[in-house]
Amino acid sequence: MKKFLSVLMTLVLFAGILCFAGCGSQKVGALDTTKLVGNYDVESLRGTEINVYNWGEYISDGEDGAVNVIAEFENLTGITVNYTTYASNEDMYSKLKSGGVSYDVIIPSDYMIERMVKEGMLQKLDFANIPNYSYIANEYKNLYFDPENAYSVPYTGGMVGLIYNTTMVDEVPDSWSIMWDEKYSGQILTFNNSRDAFGVAQYLLGQSVNTTDVAEWEAAAQKLKEQKPLIQSYVMDEIFTKMESGEAAIAPYYAGDFLTMQDVNPDLAFVYPKEGTNIFVDSMCIPATAKNKAAAELFINFMCEPEISLANAEYLFYLCPNTAVLADDRYSLKDNEVLYPKQTVEAEYFHNLDQDTLDLLSRLWEEVKLA
Amino acid sequence: MKKTSFLSKLINAPYIVWSVLFIVAPMIMVVYYAFTDRSGAFTWNNITALTAYKETFARSIGYAVAATVICLVLAYPLAYIMARSKASKQRTLMMLVMLPMWMNFLIRTYSWISILSNTGIINNLLKAVGLPTVQMINTPGAVILGMVYNFLPYMVLPIYSIMSKLDYSLTEAAQDLGCSSTSVLRRVIMPLSMPGVVSGITMVFVPSVSTFYISQKLGGGKFLLVGDSIEMQFQSAYNYNLGASLSLVLMLMIIVCMLVMNRFADDDEEAILI
Repeated sequence: MKKFLSVLMTLVLFAGILCFAGCGSQKVGALDTTKLVGNYDVESLRGTEINVYNWGEYISDGEDGAVNVIAEFENLTGITVNYTTYASNEDMYSKLKSGGVSYDVIIPSDYMIERMVKEGMLQKLDFANIPNYSYIANEYKNLYFDPENAYSVPYTGGMVGLIYNTTMVDEVPDSWSIMWDEKYSGQILTFNNSRDAFGVAQYLLGQSVNTTDVAEWEAAAQKLKEQKPLIQSYVMDEIFTKMESGEAAIAPYYAGDFLTMQDVNPDLAFVYPKEGTNIFVDSMCIPATAKNKAAAELFINFMCEPEISLANAEYLFYLCPNTAVLADDRYSLKDNEVLYPKQTVEAEYFHNLDQDTLDLLSRLWEEVKLA
Repeated sequence: MKKTSFLSKLINAPYIVWSVLFIVAPMIMVVYYAFTDRSGAFTWNNITALTAYKETFARSIGYAVAATVICLVLAYPLAYIMARSKASKQRTLMMLVMLPMWMNFLIRTYSWISILSNTGIINNLLKAVGLPTVQMINTPGAVILGMVYNFLPYMVLPIYSIMSKLDYSLTEAAQDLGCSSTSVLRRVIMPLSMPGVVSGITMVFVPSVSTFYISQKLGGGKFLLVGDSIEMQFQSAYNYNLGASLSLVLMLMIIVCMLVMNRFADDDEEAILI
């Protein structure tokens, strides 16, 4: 009897696993390949592979009827994509800098691109292989980190704003100062990442986020130390569950991610504070150590396809730099005021800081964490 | 004679290569980085910079000691009960102790967030029965709880393995000779189980003092431990040198602790230290 039971239980367990696997692969949106502009049938690249290193949750992956971008690319080109993810620019940089790994496509943010170009870690792209670059909107060209448009192809962008729960916050905030309001003690979240956390204090103090003045950084650190007793926790992606469940009332985060949270909890609202905020662009680049540059360029070109760009824009909720998507009626976020605000928002890019300032920043950040 | 020693060398070779490659070489790199700056020149700066980390070290040690003491207090009676119960019951109890370890450490710690948070299971229960909610997550207590929860099996197992092999005729003899039950415990069982206790303390203290994930998730990133500082230096600040000097000091501290503990254990037979 005992034996029979254990066999039965094992079978049930396996059935469960099989069902899970089955359910996972059911709802994948199909890509209409006739709508693609470029040619992806390159005989010489068939059977090769590329390593793509991207942010987590940063590509349309076939969930809920969306297009599975990587799988479609593999089917069309016969190139195998080894896809891995990172959580921050710094993680990606350390990994690449330590050697021992080789990636063909990476998607760093603006200031990190500036740093990597300066350190010779990126190689120039051959735009003859990336004809879809023509879809990139002009405001995403000639940006400070790549003034000649030689190293990078914009993928997404966005701005940081203040997210708050309307059931827990009575007023309509318009300033970062609400993050220092004792009324909300223990209900405030902030970035667990020095640059972004300091940014909030710096906007409030009217500083540039790219200052090299030691006194200014120290003043910002002082401001953060005052804030620390009110902070519930320092978080990055845990912010989703904490804001969605009402565990916290106030948090600064990226506009695109706010839209994801609001989908789950409609009580959440978003504002761009009057003191200004941070704007960023994440662009696709090819590291100097890449082993399969031609396939990497093919991949970048594929990511700029209007159909693929649309799928990613609908999935990610981030700013889309692709003019064909912005003109497309199927793009549901075209008139979204959070992503594309009507009034101009005062916003500053992060620039790469010199090593002394970076060391100062990491020392001050630890002081804040220790306070 | 010669032949067997060659053979034993051959058998040992993979282990020696393994430990040189993955233990000795990384150690040398840690020492190298700790005493150089970014350009590779010799410097004491990374070591002198450590004075700023006094509080971090103190906090790490404090939390680790607290977690170790709590583990010991919980594990000792449990191990004794396990060792004295019937064989079938022993297996069940053993299984219960081991069961959580079938799951990944990160996931186990993460689930504590949903138990302890303000909108979590405990506080929702309290709210449901009309009691005031309690702030549990993001406190030092939560961090220590996380350590105790994660490392308790490492305390139970060595103590249990010693206790189950104890010669209990000795306790009977002590009772026959007029020992009260408290002094049987104090004068017979405790000294005999010392090696297990020592090894348990080391196995809980060492991971507790160097952890970083638990403090980040359950402490809300507000209670920086040495592990957090090291992680920050390597991951975000890209200062391998300072990170290495922090690791070096942490390693030295752990070695000193183990030596002291070994000294304790020397009095009664050899400890099963790792």
